[in-house]
Amino acid sequence: MYLADRAAPAREDSAERTGRAGRTGRKAGAAVRRRAPAVAPVVLALGAVSLITDVSSEMVTAVLPLYLVVGLGLSPLGFGTLDGVYNGVSALVQLTGGHLADRVRDHKLIAGIGYGLSALCKPLLLLVHGLGPLGVVLALERTGKGLRTSPRDALISLSTPAEHRGRAFGVHRAMDTTGAVLGPVTAFLILRAATDGYDAVFGVSACVAVLGVVVLVLFVPGRAASARPAGPVPAQAAEPPEPVTAAAPPAPASASAPAAPDAPATPVDLREAVRLLRLPRLRALTLCAVLLGLTTVSDAFVYLLLQHRAGIGEEWFPLLPLGTASVFLLLAVPAGVLADRIGRRTVFLAGHAGLLAAYALLLWAPGVPALPYLVLALHGSFYAATDGVLPAAVADVVPEALRGSGLALVGTGQALARFCCSLAFGAAWTVWGDSRALLGSAVALLLGAAVAGVVLRSPTAVRTTPARIS
Amino acid sequence: MTPKRRLLVLVVSVLLLAGLGTGFVLHAASRAADTNQARAGDPTVTAGGVGLDQRARIAFVNSAPGPHRTEVAAVPAAAPGAARTAAQLKCARFYAASGTGVCLQSGLGVVSQTNRAVVTDAALHTEHTFALAGTPSRARVSPSGHLVAWTVFVGGESYGAAFFSTRTSIVDTRTWQLQSNLEDFAITLNGSRYHAVDDNFWGVTFAADDDTFYATLGTGGHTYLMRGSVAHRTVVSVGVQNVECPSLSPDGTRIAFKKRILGGASLWHEYVLDLRTLKQTPLAEHRSVDDQAAWLDDRTVAYALPHEGDVKSTDLWSVPADGSGAARLLIRDASSPAAL
Repeated sequence: MYLADRAAPAREDSAERTGRAGRTGRKAGAAVRRRAPAVAPVVLALGAVSLITDVSSEMVTAVLPLYLVVGLGLSPLGFGTLDGVYNGVSALVQLTGGHLADRVRDHKLIAGIGYGLSALCKPLLLLVHGLGPLGVVLALERTGKGLRTSPRDALISLSTPAEHRGRAFGVHRAMDTTGAVLGPVTAFLILRAATDGYDAVFGVSACVAVLGVVVLVLFVPGRAASARPAGPVPAQAAEPPEPVTAAAPPAPASASAPAAPDAPATPVDLREAVRLLRLPRLRALTLCAVLLGLTTVSDAFVYLLLQHRAGIGEEWFPLLPLGTASVFLLLAVPAGVLADRIGRRTVFLAGHAGLLAAYALLLWAPGVPALPYLVLALHGSFYAATDGVLPAAVADVVPEALRGSGLALVGTGQALARFCCSLAFGAAWTVWGDSRALLGSAVALLLGAAVAGVVLRSPTAVRTTPARIS
Repeated sequence: MTPKRRLLVLVVSVLLLAGLGTGFVLHAASRAADTNQARAGDPTVTAGGVGLDQRARIAFVNSAPGPHRTEVAAVPAAAPGAARTAAQLKCARFYAASGTGVCLQSGLGVVSQTNRAVVTDAALHTEHTFALAGTPSRARVSPSGHLVAWTVFVGGESYGAAFFSTRTSIVDTRTWQLQSNLEDFAITLNGSRYHAVDDNFWGVTFAADDDTFYATLGTGGHTYLMRGSVAHRTVVSVGVQNVECPSLSPDGTRIAFKKRILGGASLWHEYVLDLRTLKQTPLAEHRSVDDQAAWLDDRTVAYALPHEGDVKSTDLWSVPADGSGAARLLIRDASSPAAL
């Protein structure tokens, strides 16, 4: 049974690639204005960075148990504790990363540091052989991941007009998840070519991670370009004439108002970031993210419950995350597009309805062979409908200058809430058993979703942007 | 930077990194090929039958470089340095008793490992195969050969890399009835019923009655020695903490186990616990032992230790079970000892 749980911020990550990104900026921009929707080159570039980086990370993840137990002859128990502790730290790092990026007004720099740190960790895996040092390396890797998440999402949102952000985040998440699926495949291909070639897996993983950083540096526009969407930089040509922040409610009294993007802008400091919480819409979103995060049973428990209650064979257990990932990657873009069309709130809530349906199926556990597929499909749909849609909704209400901090705030709130949920769920499972723990989560999720439905309905709500389109 | 130059930089980086990556893979592949070549001075290994019903022999997983690497092999107990006979059965972990063998294998699927437990007869022919949920860790057969147990590590899901749990199963070879998870047994800890989501069992060892077993229960950051009954599906704490990978002596009076010396660190010392007095005796092995020891007879235990200067292979060592004497090298390039 699980010692601890991950409750890490929902899957993310990135990689980029594509030579097209920077080059075709102007042309793509023109095309965008003619046909409605294209995805900004920056988004494709960041998606490629995420894809590549995820291939790299998941390669390591896939072989780690084998490496520890068979390669090094270690007992990896006890890692769980460390992991649990680290989840909290990771969330705080995310907050730091988002705020720092706003502060230095260079999201690319902070994201780059995050990607770079993770890349540096890969060759270190070749050098360490004990559980302790290995734990430290993996912790550093996660620090990099935490650092880059918010600046990267800020870059995506800053490069995309509000009415297409759902799609943009959907494209990014789909590419990201593709990397997560390709990683293990790559790793096992290498192990097949070289028996016990764990060092080769780590080495190749390092090379892949470096490539991700290279693509980021080359094809994601830096400070001048991305922080000033109104600027004349080609990569930004996709921006429609109206300012992105039109969708945002009036900013607080602070100087961070979206106006004058070219003014040297007052420095972003912590006080201003804290003042973000005065934005009623952001408060509402944070509240909902936390509330729903508190009722989101972590993946590990979902798979464990699935195995417990659907009685699937042991050999399928390692493949369950793949089921979720496949559905996630297939539906991420459609869900994002749908969020742009009919409103983020609707899709976000529908995603949680999907999760609720998955819980219900697990509780009911009918003895049909389709059960695991249905649960995984619902679980994947939940991610598709929420993982990219939430940041898209957050971006709508946070002024550009504080975009990173705003995204980080919601992301951290959600991650910490999910972590608490894991602890609580574990305790509930211990005291009440799995079905009553799950029933409790389902009821809580229902209440949370109801509250979210009401809270998010306010007039300034998510509706602002989509309403204009429909 | 112009788009053209950017593209050039990308192409050059891809080529360089691809070259480097290929280098890593080729290097590992050639090293893997090397391990299939016997080196001068290595123990001689010849193909042949390994009969689990033979007496006075030690079976183990051979890790000496050569074509028989990772195969089950055997040597005479009186001359463990002698030439090895290797059977064509490759295992990550192995154990045998009274003509029954259990071989945990780890293969590679397309996107995940494929792990299985193979229960064999005395001639190492497969009798039954069970799919496993994770990476093989421990394996045991009861003295009668009727009960078989194994522990695997189950990794977390994507990005939860750094989190693991165990799953321990017991199968009765007479009925092939599988108890797939010891966590489903009724647990009594320090006198009261206990169940926690972080329960982990590992390292089963069987008594001679085909029912009683001992195992480690890890929960809430502590490890407990548990005594269980397969028939009643119960486990009860014995009252001794910090006991991992127990191994019951042939006479059923003592348990060899590894004791964590430093909290958090992977440092264990091998001890023997007298079940009548609960007195613990440290053994004369001063290095960290991370293995489930096997009793060669009522006076000696054997276990694997990493090869000096090479973490990737292990040697078998033995040490007197009463705390006297000193550890001595038993079998080079080997793991998973089982006295036949």
